[in-house]
Amino acid sequence: MIRTVFDYTGEISWCPGCGDYKILESLKMALDELGLDPHEVVVASGIGQAAKMPHYLKCHCVNGLHGRSLPLATGIKASNRSLTVIAVGGDGDMYGEGGNHFMHAIRRNPDITNIVCNNMIYGLTKGQGSPTTAVGMKTSTQPFGVTSRPLNPLLLALSCGATFVARASAADAEKTKNIIVQAIKHKGYALVDIFQPCVSFNKVNTWQWLSKSTKWLDEGRDASDKLEAMRLSMETDPYPLGIIYRSEQEKTFEESQAPYETGDDTPLYSRMPALENIRKLLD
Amino acid sequence: MEKVHAPGSEVTISFCAAAGLGLQTAEDLARQMLTKAGYYVFSTREYMSRVRGGNNSTQIRVSRKPVRAYVDRIDWLFALSPQLRPNITENITDDTKILGDASAMGQEIASLGRTMIDLDLAKRASDLGSPKFSSMIVAGFIAGIFMLGEDSADTLIEKRFKDPDLSDKNKKAFRVGYGLGVDHVGGTPVLQVPDKPDNDEVFLDGNSAVALGAASAGCNYITAYPMSPGTGVFTFFAKNAKLFSAVVEQVEDEISAINMVVGAAYAGARAMTTTSGGGFVLMCEGLSLAGITETPVVVHLAQRPGPATGLATRTEQADLELALYAGHGEFPRALYAPVNVESAFRIAGQAFHTAHKYQVQSVILTDQYLLDTGYDVRRPDPSSVPAPIPPVRTDIDYKRYAFPAEGEYVSPFGVPGYGEGFVSFDSHEHTEDAHITEDRTLRKNMVDKRLKKKEALKSEALPPIVIGPENYDTVVVCWGSVFEPLKEAMEILGSRNTVLVACEQVYPISEELCRIMKSPFRKIFVEGNATGQFSRVVRSQTGIGADELILKYNGFQFTVEELVAKLGSLLGVKS
Repeated sequence: MIRTVFDYTGEISWCPGCGDYKILESLKMALDELGLDPHEVVVASGIGQAAKMPHYLKCHCVNGLHGRSLPLATGIKASNRSLTVIAVGGDGDMYGEGGNHFMHAIRRNPDITNIVCNNMIYGLTKGQGSPTTAVGMKTSTQPFGVTSRPLNPLLLALSCGATFVARASAADAEKTKNIIVQAIKHKGYALVDIFQPCVSFNKVNTWQWLSKSTKWLDEGRDASDKLEAMRLSMETDPYPLGIIYRSEQEKTFEESQAPYETGDDTPLYSRMPALENIRKLLD
Repeated sequence: MEKVHAPGSEVTISFCAAAGLGLQTAEDLARQMLTKAGYYVFSTREYMSRVRGGNNSTQIRVSRKPVRAYVDRIDWLFALSPQLRPNITENITDDTKILGDASAMGQEIASLGRTMIDLDLAKRASDLGSPKFSSMIVAGFIAGIFMLGEDSADTLIEKRFKDPDLSDKNKKAFRVGYGLGVDHVGGTPVLQVPDKPDNDEVFLDGNSAVALGAASAGCNYITAYPMSPGTGVFTFFAKNAKLFSAVVEQVEDEISAINMVVGAAYAGARAMTTTSGGGFVLMCEGLSLAGITETPVVVHLAQRPGPATGLATRTEQADLELALYAGHGEFPRALYAPVNVESAFRIAGQAFHTAHKYQVQSVILTDQYLLDTGYDVRRPDPSSVPAPIPPVRTDIDYKRYAFPAEGEYVSPFGVPGYGEGFVSFDSHEHTEDAHITEDRTLRKNMVDKRLKKKEALKSEALPPIVIGPENYDTVVVCWGSVFEPLKEAMEILGSRNTVLVACEQVYPISEELCRIMKSPFRKIFVEGNATGQFSRVVRSQTGIGADELILKYNGFQFTVEELVAKLGSLLGVKS
């Protein structure tokens, strides 16, 4: 195992062989490579197996409600811009329960990184179809096969105006780390959807499927063409991995908010009430 | 006994018009001119849930003494759009002067068996260049009947219309109306200006009062999903975001609204979200999150009639039990109910103070009536609101949920990025350092830790406002916005053995209220709901509730006359 200042030494409750271990490793390597102080990092999550990840890192751990990590993370970042804020969760958490927040967080463009551990199944609740499960997969609650079409998170994110969209794979921790580094450095909302197997409940999208059905894009490619990004995000078998789209010139949510407009980054906790201005309003 | 309306002591003006006619200008101007002239002025609005059309009304009470409440009586009715609604037509009497355009309203007024004074507004306005000027003619007419001077609105008009040409035309329209008004009263003003003490006053409505109180407490993060009548507070913040240096965000739904403020408050912002009952229901899960994570959050719950969509733009007091029981699991909370505009400012500040002092959730229960009601109040002092409580600087061993020291109720509140410690947050039952646990003893201790705060909340609960004689045998209890109409009604009834008890905090209830409830006296609760919710809440805490209830739930606030009649009949007093 790698050793970083972000390493946690307690028990981890994931299944042996779970893809989440690899994603955790990539995330820690990325934070370490960026030289971040753990006291400046907040990792926020909702509920699910992947959403336990903040507990397995040495930094500020925020574990909220199912599907609600994005509003939580947005509130944190807009209250203290000096923090590096990462929202992490699974496909059910982010795209199902939190689907509405996913779309609107993207539109808002807060300067946060959104890591989605996409194993195409519900793990914590023991194997029901998720928003990204393939049509036809038989599960405990869809015994005759899933009938709803899988959601395409990359295409949805692009259509909502995402400023950074990437897909990675738990099968390649190093390349995934590189993408997370880029995502954290990106100014604005960054989606990193990470394919990972669920060794307990998903018998289709296995480690073997991952290596057979994906291909890495050239790391140095120009990812500024949105139409090209949309086309790439619709490619399947193999599914492209890498940075699909990025646009660095866009205003973030925080930058548009009154407290920060003048360039003053003082966190909200140390700002006092604007009593003089309130008195003026009462004149 | 004194009438609501002693002759010569006040004049009540009602404006009725379809939405979208720009009547607001006339109302605002009338209110400002009359205040400036030295009268006591009260105004309240009721409106239909539509953007255009319908028939909405504004009541302005102009008085020689302070007025704070809604009445039935109409002295001057500006009937500017057809299809007056029953809440107006039922209150027209032989003494009501009905004014407007006979061409538009003549038939309708005749069908009510009444006659009207034709102001020929449409034609006069067109002669001035646009039908839009009718509103200004009405404003001028009002200035005329009070004989305020034909230039009495000039500065207000200049302030409103920056374009000099438009400003001049409006002044002209105002003067046309002014002449008509003066002629109508034959040179004698309808009401003498009172000898008003020179208090430092400002006109404030409920919406502004809640927002300004919150801002004075340092509120610097507010979210909302638009929903009447909770939106007014948000609009006020949005408009003044720079002055308040506040993050203001309209979110995708109320679930996001509450979760975002929980995140903000965790990071140290002083955060509030504003909504109405239907939106508050969506916040229940988030409120529960704030409960287990001991995150200080303020929710403004502007009540309107339910269930479901109910009456979207009307008023009611039926979400008390919702607020009390909202959220799964057991956690403490403080519920406030401002009784009037002054109270709304003070209580908003108090709600923040309590939330941060005890790391709990405060809910401010207002309603459409209170929010849309305004009058002159002694200018509130922003520095009278308790100053924000700063977070602690964390050390390396910091634990967000450390068990408090003996005699304390809370763990020190740290924020991420300030100090050497990790500040964590967990929706699960958690250890002192905020990690998931299923330890049975720890679980029980954490529940006890959170619920122990109830003791402190109870001991600091605001005592009720008590008005009346020292010796009494009857207690009339209310909460929230029923206070002012009830107070005026009780003044009129003048019962010598009755006290009014008005609660600004409805949970936990104060020791003072407990004592009053345990007294052997007769208890009458007056509430704007159908089942007596506050009586039930009080009973659940004291074992004693109302002996009798006076309830209203048709979407409108009690009027003074109505309470005089209902309470008078219970007390055996006639006004």
